[in-house]
Amino acid sequence: MATPCVFCGAAAFYRLFLGGRVSLTRRQGVWKAAAAELQTDTGFQILRLRHTTGVTTKKNVAALRRETYTVDFIKKQIEEFNIGKRHLANMMGEDPETFTQEDIDRAIAYLFPSGLFEKQARPVMKHPEQIFPKQRAIQWGEDGRPFHFLFYTGKQSYYSLMHEAYGKLLEAEKRQSQLQAKGLFSEKTETKDLIGSRWLIKEELEEMLVEKLSDQDYAQFIRLLERLLTLHCGAEEEFVQRFRRSVTIQSKKHLIEPVQYDEQGMAFSTSEGKRKSAKAEAVVYEHGSGRIKVNGIDYLLYFPVTQDREQLMFPFHFLDRLGKHDTTCMVSGGGRSSQAGAIRLAVARALCSFVTEEEVEWMRQAGLLTADP
Amino acid sequence: GRPRPGGRTLTSAATSAVSAPEGSTDVSDRILSEPLKHSDFFNLKELFSVRSLFDARVHLGHKAGCRHRFMEPYIFGSRLGQDIIDLEQTAVHLQLALNFTAHVAYRKGIILFMGRNRQFSHLIETTARDCGEYAHTRYFKGGLLTNAPLLLGPGVRLPDLIIFLHTLNNVFEPHVAVRDAAKMHIPTVGIVDTNCNPCLITYPVPGNDDSPPAVQLFCRLFQTTIHRAKEKRRQMEALYRLQGPVEQGAGGQEPAAPPSL
Repeated sequence: MATPCVFCGAAAFYRLFLGGRVSLTRRQGVWKAAAAELQTDTGFQILRLRHTTGVTTKKNVAALRRETYTVDFIKKQIEEFNIGKRHLANMMGEDPETFTQEDIDRAIAYLFPSGLFEKQARPVMKHPEQIFPKQRAIQWGEDGRPFHFLFYTGKQSYYSLMHEAYGKLLEAEKRQSQLQAKGLFSEKTETKDLIGSRWLIKEELEEMLVEKLSDQDYAQFIRLLERLLTLHCGAEEEFVQRFRRSVTIQSKKHLIEPVQYDEQGMAFSTSEGKRKSAKAEAVVYEHGSGRIKVNGIDYLLYFPVTQDREQLMFPFHFLDRLGKHDTTCMVSGGGRSSQAGAIRLAVARALCSFVTEEEVEWMRQAGLLTADP
Repeated sequence: GRPRPGGRTLTSAATSAVSAPEGSTDVSDRILSEPLKHSDFFNLKELFSVRSLFDARVHLGHKAGCRHRFMEPYIFGSRLGQDIIDLEQTAVHLQLALNFTAHVAYRKGIILFMGRNRQFSHLIETTARDCGEYAHTRYFKGGLLTNAPLLLGPGVRLPDLIIFLHTLNNVFEPHVAVRDAAKMHIPTVGIVDTNCNPCLITYPVPGNDDSPPAVQLFCRLFQTTIHRAKEKRRQMEALYRLQGPVEQGAGGQEPAAPPSL
């Protein structure tokens, strides 16, 4: 009685094995295998389950390397870009010949409006040179000889740059010694070229050379350029200028409030100031006797502490105009000290309209015009 | 059949045994085998003399305390504690080294100049660039020769000759490239000073590697040798290209003999 059950049971499992061979590699197969193992204890030969991995693990060296774009691929991308540009111009109803990159950007922003916060995640259509990172072409010819004479160093662009810079340094030194021998050497100090510009940062240099650099390499290069600069030779200036970038000088000019005139013809100026969570608005009159009113109350009563009153008086004291201006302020928020600071800032800003530019610069350097959060 | 070219050729047996019907392989064999029949095919002995080496201060070595054991055969003696290198031996070794360099350059091999002394780094790089060859006077990355496919790109061709103008690196230890070139079966030519180890260098040239006139002389010599070799190669190719179509019908002849009609 037991034998026929086991027999058909075995046959059923046999069919399961053959039919479900594909699924055996997955986790369910494990359970079936376990079940099959139990059934084999009866003594019947059932196909042994063999787990084989799907793909033999072999290190794919080409895939491990950085993805390289072939020259043909880039060329094809450029052709596609140009054709796409013409299509886009036709779609927007504009002339394909005079369709600039700004027009492309506007068209794409119009056709594919995106609310994504990350600007670089929005749809973009730019020339492939800007999208695909610059790659290194094959460095040697058909016979295997490399093109660059410093190829075997590994960092050919960086070292050839160093070689060039050092060559210029040697030339400059030779020229200087020749001039000194002739006695025509004159001390020239031209440091104005350096103001308003900064050295290239390491990332910019890496981008320029299409090569990875280490911090020491970069430091060495900058040191060499600075040594070149100390020699003050005209021919090398343009070589050095290639590695300097202009720094946008932050405008130190504050917005000077225009002077307003009230009904009696008295000139006054209004401005705001903030300190911590206190906000103040001050009105400074041009002529007065040094009275200060805060929220309608005299400042002696509003600020019992001397320190706060000194804060209010400080802008006038700094400009030697202690008894010459009348002030009215409205202040809210914060504590007593921060209210005093807010009023001080507002008063200083208001005073800028009555005062010379030089004195404004002095106030800025004294820190009277800087908001202190 | 046609008579074999006279003289002992050092080309592989296969090329000399097979009588190539095409003109091109015959011509290239002739171009490659011709210089090997003469001991000084490029006439390099006129480039220097013991006197010129002496004037360039090549004989000056380091102090006796810095002497390397294996340099003792090359040292003539010591004067006031400073070792003097035997210029007779230097001349012989230099002749061999220059001859070898010339043959490598003639066969269009890649020559790599190396030297880690920062005083002459610029000079060596300029020399290499003028020759049309390669230079490496910078920090030597570990597996540059032994792991070249990874560092320089797959399918890269390694140098066929390395010329060391300074065998030691900046910490007065033997340059790693000496050992690596020996590992990769790359022949080396090296200027060995009295504190250097000449063992692994194929063609050592005992001489001074610290004085500017000495290094400048060596750079000039190598540059001239390579130029001469390349020039000779161009001349031989031009010569055989003219003679080539004529030889196909006439059979093998000595290149010196006038082409028959």
